[in-house]
Amino acid sequence: MGKTLVEKVWAEHVVRSADNEPDLLFIDLHLVHEVSSPQAFDGLRLAGRKVSRPDLTLATEDHNVPTLNIDQPIADPVSRIQIETLRKNCEEFDIHLYPLGSREQGIVHVIGPELGLTQPGMTIVCGDSHTSTHGAFGAIAFGIGTSEVEHVLATQTLSQARLKTMAVNVTGVLSPGVTSKDLALALIAQTGTGGGQGFAVEYRGVAIEKMSMESRMTLCNMSIEWGAKVGLIAPDQRTFEYLKGKKFSPKREDWDRVVEHWKSLATDSDAVFDKEIVIDASLVTPFVTWGTNPSQGVALSSKVPMPEDFASVAEQIDATKALEYMDLTPGTPMREIEIDTVFIGSCTNSRIEDFRAAAEVIRGRKVAKNTRLLVVPGSVRVRLEAEAEGLDSIFVDAGGEWRGAGCSMCLGMNPDKLKPGERSASTSNRNFEGRQGKGGRTHLVSPLVAAATAVMGHLAAPTDLPSEVRG
Amino acid sequence: MEKFTTHAGLAVPMRISNIDTDQIISSAHLKRITRTGFEDALFEEWRKDPEFILNNPQYSTASILIAGANFGIGSSREHAVWALMDYGFKVVISSRFGDIFRGNSGKAGLLTAQVEQDLVDRLWSAVEAEPALTVSVDLEARMIRCGTLSVPFQIDDYTRWRFLEGLDDIGITLSHRDEIANFAKSRHDWMPRIN
Repeated sequence: MGKTLVEKVWAEHVVRSADNEPDLLFIDLHLVHEVSSPQAFDGLRLAGRKVSRPDLTLATEDHNVPTLNIDQPIADPVSRIQIETLRKNCEEFDIHLYPLGSREQGIVHVIGPELGLTQPGMTIVCGDSHTSTHGAFGAIAFGIGTSEVEHVLATQTLSQARLKTMAVNVTGVLSPGVTSKDLALALIAQTGTGGGQGFAVEYRGVAIEKMSMESRMTLCNMSIEWGAKVGLIAPDQRTFEYLKGKKFSPKREDWDRVVEHWKSLATDSDAVFDKEIVIDASLVTPFVTWGTNPSQGVALSSKVPMPEDFASVAEQIDATKALEYMDLTPGTPMREIEIDTVFIGSCTNSRIEDFRAAAEVIRGRKVAKNTRLLVVPGSVRVRLEAEAEGLDSIFVDAGGEWRGAGCSMCLGMNPDKLKPGERSASTSNRNFEGRQGKGGRTHLVSPLVAAATAVMGHLAAPTDLPSEVRG
Repeated sequence: MEKFTTHAGLAVPMRISNIDTDQIISSAHLKRITRTGFEDALFEEWRKDPEFILNNPQYSTASILIAGANFGIGSSREHAVWALMDYGFKVVISSRFGDIFRGNSGKAGLLTAQVEQDLVDRLWSAVEAEPALTVSVDLEARMIRCGTLSVPFQIDDYTRWRFLEGLDDIGITLSHRDEIANFAKSRHDWMPRIN
């Protein structure tokens, strides 16, 4: 019997395997940031341990850094101490750091791929649940907690119980105006927040093959939102093209043999998954959330549901609680929901493709009078590339704000927050209560829906925009 | 890590599913660089509601949390585990846990006992009817006992063994230092290195 992609990559990394023990896996790349690492470094110091492989460890500053006035000292003293702590730790333990102000700084899950550090067949971990993003390249990549960060720093390994395998067979292709974000949100609404729990999922099918690397990253990024800590896609020609010539990609003289190996990682035709599910991409339309977890979503063309629409009592209780928090009335068309702030950014949707798509919608139009548009690139490289293409001017001319790179309003750790009661349409990944600021209300959307919403002032798709408005 | 064999205490019924780690501890508290002192941050927003179950004085000394399905979904922040432990919880019972949260709990010393949902319902009813009921969690037997109820729970063998022995994960791995070094020599030579 053949093997699946995840089984092949896993097998290549087993340092030790024994009965009644999880496998000990070698970790090829450990990405570190300021928030989940300070206590791990403290643990090393307490035990008198060193970082085992600084050459396989990379740090950057992303979660709490400001996106304005980045050349000045960080105003928030608590954030500043955390950043300074990371800098001291990296110096003490000889870890390379891309700090705020560096050309390579940005969200961990944006800089890894753009530097070519994320490659097929690798194991990649980071103290951040959206590490699944790197699965888009055919890597086993997952989020870990601080104790595991310490474990990887000390040993360059992790003990991990083998995950079950699941195929997500995406049939059909996405329609124009429908993105991988919509597909992810539709899938999560179908599976619930726990549907992927315990599984490494592989996204397959023609729709996936046709997707750009950026779109694949968005899809894999959202895996954890339906419970799968690993979500991956077989590497193909598109993957190889993306990686060619990147800073840390294999050298030219190695390229052909490396690509041969990468190709061999694809799931064998006779491999068997523990579970398979199907979603028809051609049926997906722009999708948005109405509730307080990512599975509480509907088509943009639909209405706010009633609690009674749900089968189980638990779901009904969840829905009632969510509707109250979101201050929504069942039956309201999603398109009638007015939005205070539109956020385009986060490790889910802050790559060049996302800004090109959003800018194309906004070009020549104005942001609605009562709506604020915040556009935050995922990395300095993305920012510079977008500026070279003039995308920043399109957002600014429309009345939006164009910022420095970081996680920003995705999780409200820096000054970019919603105020209590404020409502956002956000290209990020989580609509949990208070996620973007205490009392803030979040609707998860694609970059296209975000852009159209900024213009209309209520949830909208680009097809809703009157063409005559365009200057 | 301290050894864990059996824990007995009061249990608080939290009939809420999909409790994400942002609710357990909000990002505002993740800027701290210490590992302790998070007890006041636990469920900080929900605790502002006088009706919230943790504000019920009958459950004020509870050390076992019985939660709805999909407990600990979302962010990988281990601070969520630390906050639960700092508050005094030793055990969380749910029919399904977020994978990363469960892993973090296993490293930090918080026992996550997975129980079938219909049995979670029975535990909820029992401790709601009698909040002073002592609930005991027997890790050796993988059994929760509460009044006349005996409810089996799942936990993987390895985590159970480490809890019973009180073993530090890193120490165990470092005993395989030679195997790791040998493995590292056989890695593909093209794999990226930072320095």
